[in-house]
Amino acid sequence: MDKQIRIALAGNPNSGKTTLFNKLTGSNQFVGNWPGVTVEKKEGKLIVDKEIILTDLPGIYSLSPYTLEEVVARNYLIEEKPDAILNIVDATNLERNLYLTTQLTELGIPVVIALNMMDLVKKAGDSINVKELSRQLGCRIVEISALKGDGVKEAALAAIETAKNGRTIPQHSFSGPVEHALAHIEEVTVHDRPEEQQRWYAIKVFERDEKVMEQLKIPADVRAHIEKDIAAAEKELDDDAESIITNERYVYIGQMLKGIYKKKGKGQLSVSDKIDKIVTNRILALPIFALVMFLVYALAMGKSVADGGIAIGTWLTDLANDVLGEAWLKEGSRAILEGWGAAPWLIGLISDGILAGVGAVLGFVPQMLVLFLMLCLLEDCGYMARIAFIMDRIFRRFGLSGKSFIPMLVGTGCGIPGVMASRTIENERDRRMTIMTTTFMPCGAKMPIIGLIAGALFGGSTWIAVSAYFIGVAAIVISGIMLKKTKMFAGDPAPFVMELPSYHLPAWGNVLRGTWERGWSFIKRAGTVIVISSIVIWFLTSFGSVNGTFGMVDALYEDDSLVTDEYVAQVADRMGIPEDEVEPMDDSILARVAQPASVVFKPLGFGDWKPTAATVTGLVAKEEVVANFGIMYAYDDQEGEEELEENGDQIWDKVAEDFNAFSGGHGKLAAFAFMIFNLLCAPCFAAMGAIKREMNSAKWTWFAIAYQCGFAWVMAFIVWQVGRLFAGGMNIVGLVIALVMLGLLLWQLFKPYKEAQKLTVK
Amino acid sequence: MKTLRDVKVGDTVQVVKLHGEGAVKRRIMDMGITKGVEIYVRKLAPLGDPVEVNVRGYELSIRKADAEMIEVE
Repeated sequence: MDKQIRIALAGNPNSGKTTLFNKLTGSNQFVGNWPGVTVEKKEGKLIVDKEIILTDLPGIYSLSPYTLEEVVARNYLIEEKPDAILNIVDATNLERNLYLTTQLTELGIPVVIALNMMDLVKKAGDSINVKELSRQLGCRIVEISALKGDGVKEAALAAIETAKNGRTIPQHSFSGPVEHALAHIEEVTVHDRPEEQQRWYAIKVFERDEKVMEQLKIPADVRAHIEKDIAAAEKELDDDAESIITNERYVYIGQMLKGIYKKKGKGQLSVSDKIDKIVTNRILALPIFALVMFLVYALAMGKSVADGGIAIGTWLTDLANDVLGEAWLKEGSRAILEGWGAAPWLIGLISDGILAGVGAVLGFVPQMLVLFLMLCLLEDCGYMARIAFIMDRIFRRFGLSGKSFIPMLVGTGCGIPGVMASRTIENERDRRMTIMTTTFMPCGAKMPIIGLIAGALFGGSTWIAVSAYFIGVAAIVISGIMLKKTKMFAGDPAPFVMELPSYHLPAWGNVLRGTWERGWSFIKRAGTVIVISSIVIWFLTSFGSVNGTFGMVDALYEDDSLVTDEYVAQVADRMGIPEDEVEPMDDSILARVAQPASVVFKPLGFGDWKPTAATVTGLVAKEEVVANFGIMYAYDDQEGEEELEENGDQIWDKVAEDFNAFSGGHGKLAAFAFMIFNLLCAPCFAAMGAIKREMNSAKWTWFAIAYQCGFAWVMAFIVWQVGRLFAGGMNIVGLVIALVMLGLLLWQLFKPYKEAQKLTVK
Repeated sequence: MKTLRDVKVGDTVQVVKLHGEGAVKRRIMDMGITKGVEIYVRKLAPLGDPVEVNVRGYELSIRKADAEMIEVE
């Protein structure tokens, strides 16, 4: 054979497409994204013939130009011209599924139909005359049960055979005026297209499909000519061209099914209907929703099983962190390397830099898997769509989907799975918005920062933690409303007309595979990012120049000829600390860079090198912020003192003293601004990696990170400048700028806004 | 003009015409709400919007603002 055969799998969402794809390809799958968009792309080799590639198209209802998934699917079908389309059709929902089929058969690609869930149709006592249906549609039909695996192999073989020598000619025709116009269009505009695609192009031109019109570049005079035909048809049929076509497809399907589909009569409520009656009941829906969310949270991220909670995820992750991360990777590798007599800097790099970083990521994996498992379950059983249904009213105001609730909730545990959970959101704009704003929620690793600030400056007030959550939610709401009015987000329509699929028992194969795919994607992306970033940060904190000699600062400080009393006095002066507090780290590259870089934070009240350096290391992992303060305040747990508490208990006095000193007595305000900035600014590198993975676009990733940092800066700025108006010591210039920023913010929040009608994505 | 928005929960109506244009209209029609089709209004979401309807044998969620585009009798 000279050419590789490619088959596309197309069908409605919830038609069993994923199940069929998994059954057809087994473990031979590659998961990625369609270029430049946030839509997932899956390909696999057929089990029955490993030479043949099956491409899983996004689940779609139509080939309109208005949703990203549909545009992605039809571009693939028109431009890549696969050798056959395997169209999965849900027999229990025949009319709407065949609506897509009528469009697929016009593409000039041979179509084979896999008629799924026939067993359920028969069980309900209905009947479908498959032979007649096949004749009328002009394509081969194979009855399958994707869930049980019945007929899957036959469907694959039929698709291969059809790909080799099949042909599908659309059997339906439109009404007289439409066909008249179509004939004209074919004649004057699309004759240069491949013959088998001409009908599809003609119909799209009739529909005035902008994407196709753009592509065809029809001259103005020809356009005016065909416009007359279209207008004539529109006048005669009293509707717009697009609606005429849609309408006639459904009319055609309705008539065709009259003799083919025999329903036993309107049945009673199905099991699914009964479940839904309770689950989305007006009174019970919200309590049930809260309970489900509580369970997801409690099982994955709550109190560990070891501490009397029910969180299997937390328990496994604690185990993994202690055993795998700390004991094996960090200490174990250190022991081995020391045994080999490796140089201290190498041990530092491998054990403290790379392996500690890798361990931190791997430690999270069990928790992620538990979390992803539950999310996949919710999605597979049909509850996820109900979440969107229940929460839509609240979330759409902020340019988000009802399903955004889940990423936000997960984000309070860890931002990485939070960002990844955005994948279930149906609309790309909502998805992007969710990815950008999810990490505003204070995640578990930000808790110690809050603990430090609350303990050191606010007498341990619980209001600080409460305010952190409030700030997180407010940041999401404010950003959502502001961003949806910006150019980046305007332009894409968001019709929220969503199918509520029937509830069914989860297909374990799908759930486990979905869980693993997300888990693996987490390991891969977050892993590589964190390895690189931990090397960089390790380098920045370990190396520096001491008295003119560059090297590892710890080693250089052993050398008394370099570290003279005079030099120590110099360093102490530069960093503004007493001489006996001078540390090797004060000469590290990080400290040197943080010192001048702290200018950036001057207008926020914490323009000192220590909080600056802590903020920078927070990018590796937010837990590092407190640990770093420990190091910078020379808290040394090696010298017989107890280990530094997670919230930095032992250094509270020093922190308070320092914040009060460099902020001119406004320590509380400066510390609060510091906390706001650290809560809202770019998340850790691993979460940024997740953002990059989900955005699948460098432009959007940078936009997201820049927005987060910018937003954090502005918020902290406003708090510090306006706060001093009340606390005293205000700076009039700063105050004016802060008020202008506040004004701009409010203007963006309240300016009128109109939903766009066009999809701008190409 | 009576629209889908005005229909009480539990009632079944027939679509007379779809108003509006563009993406939302196309999407509504793509999902099977076309002239002459019967729609059963099953329930309101707990917060009062969107509505759940049954059309062509399956369940569909649609916002009230969009339901206003659907003229029924």
